[in-house]
Amino acid sequence: MRIVVASGKGGTGKTTIATSLALIAGKSVRFMDCDVEAPNAALFLNPKLVTRKEVGILLPVVDEALCTHCGKCAAVCEFHAIAVIGKKTLVFPELCHGCGSCTLICPEKVISERLAVMGVLESGATVTGIDFARGVMNVGEPMAVPIIRELKKWAPANPPAVEIRDSPPGASCPVVETIRGADFVLLVTEPTPFGLHDLKQVIGIARELGRPAGVVINRDGIGDNAVEKYCTEANLPILLRIPMERRFAEAIAAGKTLVEAAPEYRAPFCALLENIKARATG
Amino acid sequence: MKIAISISGNKLESPFDPRFGRAAAFCLVDSESGAWSAHENPALSASGGAGVQAAQCIAKLGAQAIVSGAYGPNAFNTLSPAGITMYLAPTGETLTAADVLALFKAGKLSKTAAATHEGHHEGHR
Repeated sequence: MRIVVASGKGGTGKTTIATSLALIAGKSVRFMDCDVEAPNAALFLNPKLVTRKEVGILLPVVDEALCTHCGKCAAVCEFHAIAVIGKKTLVFPELCHGCGSCTLICPEKVISERLAVMGVLESGATVTGIDFARGVMNVGEPMAVPIIRELKKWAPANPPAVEIRDSPPGASCPVVETIRGADFVLLVTEPTPFGLHDLKQVIGIARELGRPAGVVINRDGIGDNAVEKYCTEANLPILLRIPMERRFAEAIAAGKTLVEAAPEYRAPFCALLENIKARATG
Repeated sequence: MKIAISISGNKLESPFDPRFGRAAAFCLVDSESGAWSAHENPALSASGGAGVQAAQCIAKLGAQAIVSGAYGPNAFNTLSPAGITMYLAPTGETLTAADVLALFKAGKLSKTAAATHEGHHEGHR
């Protein structure tokens, strides 16, 4: 079962919820930090990272000596990353998404591909036996999706019973890629207008992709009741509430997980996981 | 000599459009005969790479020069090897394509030998 923990708005508590969920989920758990621009789950789970792999996209390399400049590569490119101007074929690496269409369509077979490294994948295990993997994007890279895609493909030898994906914030392509193929989307929000605005955006993605979803209200008690009202109207189950408490903030600032800092939350997290299992597609 | 001008309309009296990749249209004028034609910009609603696509369109139209208000790095790097000279028209005033053509003929437009601004692609994919 693959569970994505997403939020839209940053700083609502995705990693707080995802790491605690991983700690109560039993023996066969894989934790994937998909927030490749700023992966921080390792600060809480402290895995020993032992394997490493460079990843990126395949960029086209055109052999100009053999190119007939027919223009088919430029015509097929959805992103205008390759242009044919007279007797020159130009490649724009920063526009390329690495789909490989130009290489496939070239009638002369003069396009080869080279790996443009955009980041690394790292994996290992925690002392409690959680199988941990994350992507780390190189500074300055604009595109997170290829790294997340490779991270999802980088499966362990034994498929886990539960896979938890800690999503990047926002509601754009990296979040879509993280949610794609998941069995359940757990949305962590806060009861504020910002929390609600972004919750609606990510719900839109989950529903477009046909994924069941539920909500965790973090910092419950602050703000207003608009999130609650929206969840009722949108038929979205509220699966857990965590109040705003200073001791939680202090524990998290010290690198502790929520269930370590507040063991009374183990039972509600177990109930949350059971509830997710009952609602998930896979 | 054939020159292209970025415009928002389909006439010589249409306003000059200072954007290149996202111009509504291009007006192609023969500076000797005065013959002209209007062409829609295929890159207007492109999700990305508008500069590259618009530049390919200008090259296909057979223009030897283009007049616009700004050129990004991708537009510049496509227009440049195509041998198309890039001219800049003033962006602060309300000009028509005909006004821009008159300025061009009078030799009052400056050429650019580099992109005029940075790309729009950081963080958009």
